[in-house]
Amino acid sequence: MIYSYYPGCTLKDRAKQLDLNARTALKAMGIELKELDAWQCCGAVYPQTSDEIASRLSAVRALSDAENGKLITLCSACHHVIKRTNYDWLKDENFRTKATNYLKPEVPYDGSTQVIHVLELIRDEIGFENLKKMVVNPLTGRKIGAFYGCMVLRPGKTLAFDDPENPTIIEQFIEALGATAVTYPYRNECCGAYVALEDKSAAETQVDRALNSAVKAGCEELITACPLCLYNLVHNATANKLPVKYFTELLAEALGVKEGE
Amino acid sequence: MNNRVKTLTETALLISGVNPKKCMKCGKCSGTCPSYDKMEYHPHQFVSMVEKGQIEKLMNSASIYYCLSCMACVERCPRGVEPGKLVEAVRLMKIRQQDANHKNGNDIARIADENVPQQLLMAAMRKYRK
Ligand code: SF4
Ligand code: SF4
Ligand code: SF4
Ligand code: SF4
Repeated sequence: MIYSYYPGCTLKDRAKQLDLNARTALKAMGIELKELDAWQCCGAVYPQTSDEIASRLSAVRALSDAENGKLITLCSACHHVIKRTNYDWLKDENFRTKATNYLKPEVPYDGSTQVIHVLELIRDEIGFENLKKMVVNPLTGRKIGAFYGCMVLRPGKTLAFDDPENPTIIEQFIEALGATAVTYPYRNECCGAYVALEDKSAAETQVDRALNSAVKAGCEELITACPLCLYNLVHNATANKLPVKYFTELLAEALGVKEGE
Repeated sequence: MNNRVKTLTETALLISGVNPKKCMKCGKCSGTCPSYDKMEYHPHQFVSMVEKGQIEKLMNSASIYYCLSCMACVERCPRGVEPGKLVEAVRLMKIRQQDANHKNGNDIARIADENVPQQLLMAAMRKYRK
């Protein structure tokens, strides 16, 4: 199966491991990610007011360029921006009209693209049971915690990724790879996001609280889908520290196709 | 309300889509807000202050730069008020004014270290300047 794919700018640079390991691991599972020809940065944050039109256009372009009605995303932030913009497209006629007037497309976007995160692709199109059967290096004995953060989960009504207060999708993923999934209370709270630039201490407070909660519960390593979560968890931890990896690195490892190894 | 206050209030309500009258003042939004300690005005206060037309006070408070857009208050408000959207609206109303960038591109580049992901730079550009 071939799917249209939106990597986003961070995955071309700081978060190369997130992208490269997704491509090779999915390939090993019979899925090819076909990068959109001419995508632009999604803007990283979803503009929450109804009069922000221009800042949502790159998401609309990506949505209308997707082939076969599906667009695969991987960075949590890109997923958030593109999925919410798609929701706006369907619900907000004013946005639809203004965005169409700006873009003047040959064929206007019809709103039919489904935005699918790689984790959803694995859950819904492959299935964790099938994933389990494809594992060649089971991660037996490793105690791994999921750090969900915010962007893939909230608002739950729009993202519809998992139960926003008690998500289990990444834990199921971890278990399918043969490791032990450890749940902890702060896995779906914010890491401090961009406020790390405004005031480092704000991010440090958030990160220390999350890591304290993870260590207490018995996590020995964490995985995430968000480059900004990874940055904060690694570089703004002042007390407990844990190794943090992208979930695709773990996937590639378990499937025996990890890049650079 | 004088005319300026009236216009500002109407703008905040219009672009955020928030209806402060739905708020039952339970404080759950502020209770769940990760930036609570850093904010002079807390999420539930944004709701009541906008209702009272105190937009300029909010526009001039550092609180608007501490909101993480984490959507915790949006998700957890039992009345669907979504206070985070008001914080966003007030911040945009501030930085859309002439020469009102909170940080410019150079400031952001200067603070960033070599590990900072593009996502963080882009987010800061979008949140702190126009
Ligand atoms: S979220 Fe980041 S990496 Fe993803 S496209 Fe947007 S700005 Fe670029
Ligand atoms: S935890 Fe922080 S960086 Fe991660 S998704 Fe939430 S806001 Fe983004
Ligand atoms: S969105 Fe902003 S105001 Fe709401 S809980 Fe998060 S940080 Fe606090
Ligand atoms: S959670 Fe909702 S109802 Fe409760 S104080 Fe906040 S805005 Fe008002």
